Amino acid sequence: MTDLTKLTAAELAQRLTAGETTSVEATQAHLDRITAVDGVVHAYLTVDAEGALQQAEAADAARAAGDTTSPLAGVPIAVKDNLVTRGLETTAGSRILEGWQPPYDAHVIERLRAAGMPILGKTNMDEFAMGSSTETSGFGATNNPWGLDRIPGGSGGGSAAAVAAFEAPIALGTDTGGSVRQPASVTGTVGVKPTYGGVSRYGAIAMASSLDQIGPAARTVLDAALLHDVIGGHDVRDQTSMTHDWPSFASAAQAGLESDAVAGLRVGVPRQLAEGEGFEAGVRERFQEALDVLTARGATITWIDLDTLDYAVAAYYLLMPAEVSSNLARYDSVRYGLRVTPEGANVEQVMSATRAAGFGDEAKRRILLGTYALSSGYYDAYYGSAQKVRTLVQGDFDRAFGEVDVLVAPTSPTVAWKLGERLDDPTAMYVADITTIPANLAGIPALSLPMGLSEGLPVGFQFMAPAREDARLYKVGAALEAALNEQWGSPLYAQAPELKEA
Amino acid sequence: MAKPELMDFDAALEKYEPVIGLEVHVELSTKTKMFSPAPNPSGDEHDAEPNTQIGPVDLGLPGTLPVVNEEAVRYSIQLGLALGCSIAEESSFARKNYYYPDSPRNYQISQYDDPIAFEGEVEVELEDGTVFQVPIERAHMEDDAGKLTHMGSTGRIQGASSSLVDYNRAGVPLVEIVTKPIFGGEARTPELAAAYVSTIRDIARSLGVSYARMERGNLRCDANVSLRPRGEEKLGTRTETKNINSFRSIERAVRYEIQRQAALLDQGTAITQETRHWHEDTGRTSSGRPKSDADDYRYFPEPDLMPLRPSRELVEELRAALPEQPVLRRRRLRGEWEFSGQVFQDIVNGGLLDAVDETVKAGAAPQGARKWWLGELSRLANEQGVHPTALATPQQVAELEALIADGTVNDKLARQVLEGVLAGEGSPREVVDARGLAVVSDDGALIAAIDEALAAQPDVLAKIQDGKVQAAGAVIGAVMKAMGGQADAKRVRELILERAQA
Repeated sequence: MTDLTKLTAAELAQRLTAGETTSVEATQAHLDRITAVDGVVHAYLTVDAEGALQQAEAADAARAAGDTTSPLAGVPIAVKDNLVTRGLETTAGSRILEGWQPPYDAHVIERLRAAGMPILGKTNMDEFAMGSSTETSGFGATNNPWGLDRIPGGSGGGSAAAVAAFEAPIALGTDTGGSVRQPASVTGTVGVKPTYGGVSRYGAIAMASSLDQIGPAARTVLDAALLHDVIGGHDVRDQTSMTHDWPSFASAAQAGLESDAVAGLRVGVPRQLAEGEGFEAGVRERFQEALDVLTARGATITWIDLDTLDYAVAAYYLLMPAEVSSNLARYDSVRYGLRVTPEGANVEQVMSATRAAGFGDEAKRRILLGTYALSSGYYDAYYGSAQKVRTLVQGDFDRAFGEVDVLVAPTSPTVAWKLGERLDDPTAMYVADITTIPANLAGIPALSLPMGLSEGLPVGFQFMAPAREDARLYKVGAALEAALNEQWGSPLYAQAPELKEA
Repeated sequence: MAKPELMDFDAALEKYEPVIGLEVHVELSTKTKMFSPAPNPSGDEHDAEPNTQIGPVDLGLPGTLPVVNEEAVRYSIQLGLALGCSIAEESSFARKNYYYPDSPRNYQISQYDDPIAFEGEVEVELEDGTVFQVPIERAHMEDDAGKLTHMGSTGRIQGASSSLVDYNRAGVPLVEIVTKPIFGGEARTPELAAAYVSTIRDIARSLGVSYARMERGNLRCDANVSLRPRGEEKLGTRTETKNINSFRSIERAVRYEIQRQAALLDQGTAITQETRHWHEDTGRTSSGRPKSDADDYRYFPEPDLMPLRPSRELVEELRAALPEQPVLRRRRLRGEWEFSGQVFQDIVNGGLLDAVDETVKAGAAPQGARKWWLGELSRLANEQGVHPTALATPQQVAELEALIADGTVNDKLARQVLEGVLAGEGSPREVVDARGLAVVSDDGALIAAIDEALAAQPDVLAKIQDGKVQAAGAVIGAVMKAMGGQADAKRVRELILERAQA
């Protein structure tokens, strides 16, 4: 009998449609896998076996009644813990929200439920999505299935690791500066940051509102596209949500798998995102090989200079903490979550003690940075300048997309580093996002897919497209993925080490 | 000897020129809140159970997002237009960051450098008819905070054992109207301040955008007062007296501040820039928090909201539909009705201008309409704790007046008719018919009653025959009593004089 956890979401959906398995069986198989390996991976913060099985039963019943409209109906999913789930503990990886059971569902969760996708549980993450390694989680780090002593990327390390370790066929993450793509890169999976405004943020616990975007984590481009179709579209509860009429991303991915989508493709490589200090040799080699594959299939490669990208990381690390300092102000012990009440304390002392106990170092660091950057007398020098850089970055991308169809770069300059290695050096950690941050500043869509191994660890390849051209990424992504699979003989995810069951 | 705390008002005016600036918060009476679909409790739900008029957005729950209420935008534009302001082509929201337990997000969403309306002028008329042009700096939109109730002996936060938070008011839409410095009020500055706020109230009511009840906090005023020595160019240091909740208090508070500041300046003491609290009971202000090290609200553009770009068509449509300015309307009606200033003011203060106007439009004489609304109806309404307009309609009052005018009933009978109308017995005419209240116009019956009364009071008869016509009053009373009130007093009087001479 086939191991249901080794199937992609698309394959699983096919079997469900063919009546070869049920959602309850598929969900149970993943719950069993979680029981077996999550002790060593620690991808999940909360597993909702009972809820998932109930939703699976409902999905099976709906299918039996002929009431199945979504292509992913019955396919179970894991959800990053900063996406609010009604009645199911949601912490965003922070002790300050430990035990909080939201009274409402995020927009994307409503979409998953409407599509009949059972929610297996909530995945681990850097606290409030602040980090590149999932080590700042208030509930302990996640381990990379490709090397358990390695980071799974961040902040969505839990979602990526769950998908890589076959603890979920597919998952949701959020990407503020690369938090879906960089974990995908270091775990050998696919991660997508949609166009800003393409997926409603209603119910996504905010880190930096102008940069956050919810996106799919999957093992294949097609799976990611199928999930994007489920969660995308306009929502009146998010005013930054676009009213754009989106095409089917799954159809775009299918087209990429079936046709010669790369022939004639104009590919631009921004030097600032592909070489320089910090880019490992193995990463550069894999990247060149991927470019060669594209060239062999008829693409033209142009190296270009996007000078303003030199300042993107600096601008990001001013704008993001500024928004963080404001967005995290609501965690004050008054309405929900943790409350620490020292003897005889007044309201300000209670707030202060609660935040001291509930927030980790990285959250505190960013709150302080952001508070400083916004304070009077410094606003223009920091926040104001960073806003200007952001506008320049957008202009640079606009110009580049006048000449090329897609921009490409390694998703991360390095493979997964060892747990603890950069924990004491925040700026080293920040630079890890150099390749992913520009897309967030510009609001454009970006996709990461596996492009082979370096020293036995996965390396990611990133495509970027103009805003609203997400479909282009799925098409060319699926085409490159197919070509690479042909070269490797099997998909990269299938080469992941067997996990010793805990 | 201790220096006096206050300087005599006239003496203060001799030495110093008062300059004021007023900030008025107007609660909009939209159906839902500024940024959420929860009901707006500024009207009938004002006294709703705590925390019943709320949703996740109003509590600032993690993941929630604001959505601008289009009705509030329209109301704000209407207010702006009525204040003679320009309406911004593009206006935006900003976050005003500060911590307080009744502030659910710990930032207020307000407008900072791009208010929706700016640069206007309002005509304010004092009771004696003097007209001032008050310059308006801006009118901007924001949302309200919740309410705290401090549990403890004093009702203040200091020494309270705990505080209860009611978020019903959180998110109620506000427009804050800020004047430029107002010069030239001189000795009438206190009166001008109150008259200005009252003008804002009238405008808001005429537009139907606010319940505008000061006592309910629908309208709140902060008064800035500063003095400068005569002949000096530079403005003096100001104080800001917060949350004054009646017109009379505004007048008193401004007057008090002028006298207090004058005394300090006269002693050579500098004025501290600070907020002050008004105490209704003692008629004084007291020091609040110093503003010398000004609050740093760390404003930055609200990333969850797109800028507002109200269409020019909408603005022109709203401009064309503006009602007559209250001050102009009052001037017109006062002329048409020929009332004295005081009588007219009583109508305005009683909130009965519309009722009297409607009654006159329905055919009643202004005097008659005024008499009913300000007299009997106000008295009954007062007993029942409702507004007079809740008891009767202008049409009913006009019909009642018509019955008096055509002699069907007299004043006394008319009261009984009104009683019947209020008891739901039908229209005034129907009540007259049903209760048989019409005046007896049969001279024969009256003459019989008169002759009987004159016979019973020979001394009165003698006086009348002596030419002391006013003595007839006693006989009128007796006749009316005999006729059960259903007689036309004027006719009775005529007949008495006739019979006495017979």
